[in-house]
Amino acid sequence: MSSPLSRDDVAKVAKLARLRLTEEELTTFTGQLSGVLEHANDMNSLDLSALEPTSNPFGLTNVTREDVIWKSLDREAVLAEAPDAQDGRFAVPRILGEAP
Amino acid sequence: MKSAVEIANDVQTGATTAVAQLEASYAAIEARNAELNVFLHLDKDGARKIAEAVDARVAAGEKVGPLAGVPIAIKDNLCQTGIPTTCSSKILEGWKPPYNATVIDRLVAAGAVPVGKTNLDEFAMGSSTENSAFGPTRNPLDPSRVPGGSSGGSAAAVAGDMTSISLGSDTGGSIRQPAAFCGIVGMKPTYGLVSRYGLIAFASSLDQIGPFSKTVMDSAVLLEAIAGHDPLDSTSLPEPSPSLVSHVNDGVAGKRIGLVKELYEGADESVVNAVMGAVAVLKEAGAEIVELSIPELRLGLSAYYLIAPAEASSNLARFDGVRFGLRVDGEDVTAMMEATRTAGFGAEVKRRIMLGTYALSAGYYDAYYGQALKVRTLTINAFKKAYAQADMLIGATTPGVAFKFGAKSDPMEMYLNDVFTIPTNLAGDPAVSVSFGKGEENLPIGVQLLGPGRSEASLYAAARVLEIADGRS
Repeated sequence: MSSPLSRDDVAKVAKLARLRLTEEELTTFTGQLSGVLEHANDMNSLDLSALEPTSNPFGLTNVTREDVIWKSLDREAVLAEAPDAQDGRFAVPRILGEAP
Repeated sequence: MKSAVEIANDVQTGATTAVAQLEASYAAIEARNAELNVFLHLDKDGARKIAEAVDARVAAGEKVGPLAGVPIAIKDNLCQTGIPTTCSSKILEGWKPPYNATVIDRLVAAGAVPVGKTNLDEFAMGSSTENSAFGPTRNPLDPSRVPGGSSGGSAAAVAGDMTSISLGSDTGGSIRQPAAFCGIVGMKPTYGLVSRYGLIAFASSLDQIGPFSKTVMDSAVLLEAIAGHDPLDSTSLPEPSPSLVSHVNDGVAGKRIGLVKELYEGADESVVNAVMGAVAVLKEAGAEIVELSIPELRLGLSAYYLIAPAEASSNLARFDGVRFGLRVDGEDVTAMMEATRTAGFGAEVKRRIMLGTYALSAGYYDAYYGQALKVRTLTINAFKKAYAQADMLIGATTPGVAFKFGAKSDPMEMYLNDVFTIPTNLAGDPAVSVSFGKGEENLPIGVQLLGPGRSEASLYAAARVLEIADGRS
């Protein structure tokens, strides 16, 4: 397993996660996250190569249902709780370089 | 305060009314909520309508249900129409869900009256409720101490006699640990036994809704009312709700109970003594005690603190200022999302999102997340082996009693508080914490009983033996 995180690693991860960090937060989080990853190194104490990974404890996969019309949420009720809505849709600020 | 079973019986027989019970609950909440910060939102009008409907059905001679007229507190990460659901986060402040969680509908169908939403660690990430954006909840037994978390508000509502029962959610111990700290019963059911539809997801492969109560019987009644397959949750188990209530008094005669070294070693002396005391009680009641060591469980904490953040980083991507809750303006959509998430999430949530994002990122996936998923397999295999030698396992719920505010300021130190509760979540198995004995400052200790998938009935029967021996009912 690799060595603990650098400030640059944390800055990159924050950007990927759409979070802005102050310089002070960057320092704090780098130390704290490194601590958790260092603790995780105990997983290297055993050879796990023969084991399959588990993502669902009971092995449920591909649960399907009949393709029938089912009740859905009321559009107006959903949009009423959104930060901004327009013409029956969620509204967001401009995307890419288009004119506002 | 009367138990849920007693209240339901009194309402059904006309000895009291649902409205009177509701008013008594609100009076108890008003008396202590300013001090303890248990409830974030109350739904007085909605609850009154539900209570009046229960009373009307009783008056019409109908059999209402096992929770007829029983006020219940709901953790604020469960969606309920009419009042806000915030997950104790600024990013959802004021948001009102357009639908009910399946458990809310099932509670109302059973006659229960949801009174309001309780405080939690933001998005259920924490072990003390100190991570709530709306201030910590105080432990009703000692307000200088935490109630545990993340379901601290729901545990405090019951311990503080505001409601006889409540709902929480448990991803790594968030029902059992606060139950232990507040001296009550908390059950984390088998993964998939209770529908998660309408539970705002933290770590989807681990999350499970479950009950808090003062008595084991109330826990069984409540779980039976909310369990069973739900077509709206594709991970819910395919079978109907199991029979639990009828097994509460089955006892433990002939049961093999495994005392697991890794589930109490390192705990405070008073906690270890309580576990040994519980073991003696169960032996006296006819159980065979088997001493076990499951060293694989020691790796559970590391696996959990990679798997849960990884799933959380994905689940919490939906909070981006577009569809619900907070939006902080930005010059374009990316800037808006960054500004919203930066302002809306607290430090612990940011920590876990970043940890999860890192664990899933290219180049580190195999080393961290992939490795953690294999440790999960290792944990499941180790439990299977143990359940070949024992019908259920016993250990401590927490390493110590409820701690003081600010006592665990380092995240890793806080995470270590979950060391005994986490392995069960990785395996998807049920476990119950029952109050047994007292530790420092006369604070309660939780003893944990663990079983294989779908063994809730046996766990309740053993917990009931301990409850009687501890002198409560």
